[in-house]
Amino acid sequence: MERTTLDLWFGAFVTAGFVALMVLALKVGNLGAERATEVYRVEARFDNIGGLKARGPVRSAGVLVGRVQDIHFDNERFQAKVTLALDQRYKYPKDTSASILTSGLLGETYVGLEAGGDDKVLASGDRITITQSAVVLEKLIGQFLFSKAQESPAAAAPPAASAPTIPASTPAKK
Amino acid sequence: MLDIRKPIARLGHNVIDGVWRAGTMARFFGLVLASSGTSFSRFRLVMREVYFSGVLSLIIIIVSGLFVGMVLGLQGFETLQKYGATESIGVLVALSLVRELGPVVAALLFASRAGSAITAEIGLMKTTEQLTAMDMMAVSPMARVIAPRFWAGIISMPILSLLFSAMGVFGGYIVGVVMIGVDNGAFWSQMQAAVDFRYDVLNGLVKAFVFGIAVTIIATFEGYDAPPTAEGVSGATTRTVVTSALTILALDLVLTAFMLRADH
Repeated sequence: MERTTLDLWFGAFVTAGFVALMVLALKVGNLGAERATEVYRVEARFDNIGGLKARGPVRSAGVLVGRVQDIHFDNERFQAKVTLALDQRYKYPKDTSASILTSGLLGETYVGLEAGGDDKVLASGDRITITQSAVVLEKLIGQFLFSKAQESPAAAAPPAASAPTIPASTPAKK
Repeated sequence: MLDIRKPIARLGHNVIDGVWRAGTMARFFGLVLASSGTSFSRFRLVMREVYFSGVLSLIIIIVSGLFVGMVLGLQGFETLQKYGATESIGVLVALSLVRELGPVVAALLFASRAGSAITAEIGLMKTTEQLTAMDMMAVSPMARVIAPRFWAGIISMPILSLLFSAMGVFGGYIVGVVMIGVDNGAFWSQMQAAVDFRYDVLNGLVKAFVFGIAVTIIATFEGYDAPPTAEGVSGATTRTVVTSALTILALDLVLTAFMLRADH
């Protein structure tokens, strides 16, 4: 078959499109090394997951070790059942604790894992029993105001252990 | 006395005419699909149209993509600065381009650059009775003229959209990292953490594909349906751009609603 300039242009056009797709997939998107790894699934129950979403990150010591695979509401225990897909490369003791955390004040919600001291490691299908729910800012503020209101009649007294939830309750400015 | 029947009659006429056109267009779409065999057995016909509607649109797509990305970078920086989250500028630029602006703006440009040209060309071929002449020579104008342009649009549109998005991200990089000085590592790593290949990139590609079908069908139909006069062709060209733009934006709303629901 004879070659024409038209073939060159068509080939260049399609190649440019393919290169753009590769750039979007590998450089802009997340189709890099992250997907290729094997995962194992563990579940955890939380009283409140806050703003956690499916496909949200699971971090340990700040490092991404897995993804939130699934979130369900358990209608028997009235808790959120969260399935975590953890990277097969990372092993955790059985008594690892999971907590719902937020990166920064406005950042994304993620699951933080903190390793325990057990000899046995978590396997696929296991459950993380020690969990800590998301901190709901409104509740925290409500508790703070409530404890403030309680101590205001005895304003002279120093703010003692009356505010258990907020350790940083400094003396009122007023 | 004011005759109220005339405007009502005109309104009714327009509505009936619109429904009629919709039906004709659907039949036209079916006819194009049915006579697409030649486009693949003689693929050179399609390649030639890809050259005219795709390759020649590259300059406008690349330059506009670059500008749109740079503007997004500047505007995003302005707003994100208030929250001290300037590193997220990459996320903002990439997500808005890949999900929305890439497919939509590329399709709007494609409609006004290539769609109008297709309409004018086919309309003029009809006016000068070239289409009738083809029919006389037992060459189907559907298979020889319309279908290759249709398939060329379907091939070109996703490629143009991808190029637009990629150039836009590059424009955002130039403004964000090179000019303003956002950290390079944070720019790319946050972007990679937020942009998902399937949910964002592939969904954007599906949009571009659908827009490609819509724009080329509208453009070829308007040309084929144009009254065989100079006025008729100019009117058809205008209608192509207007109808394509409205169709793209309406389809975008529907597709986005579907995709976001599937996302959750």
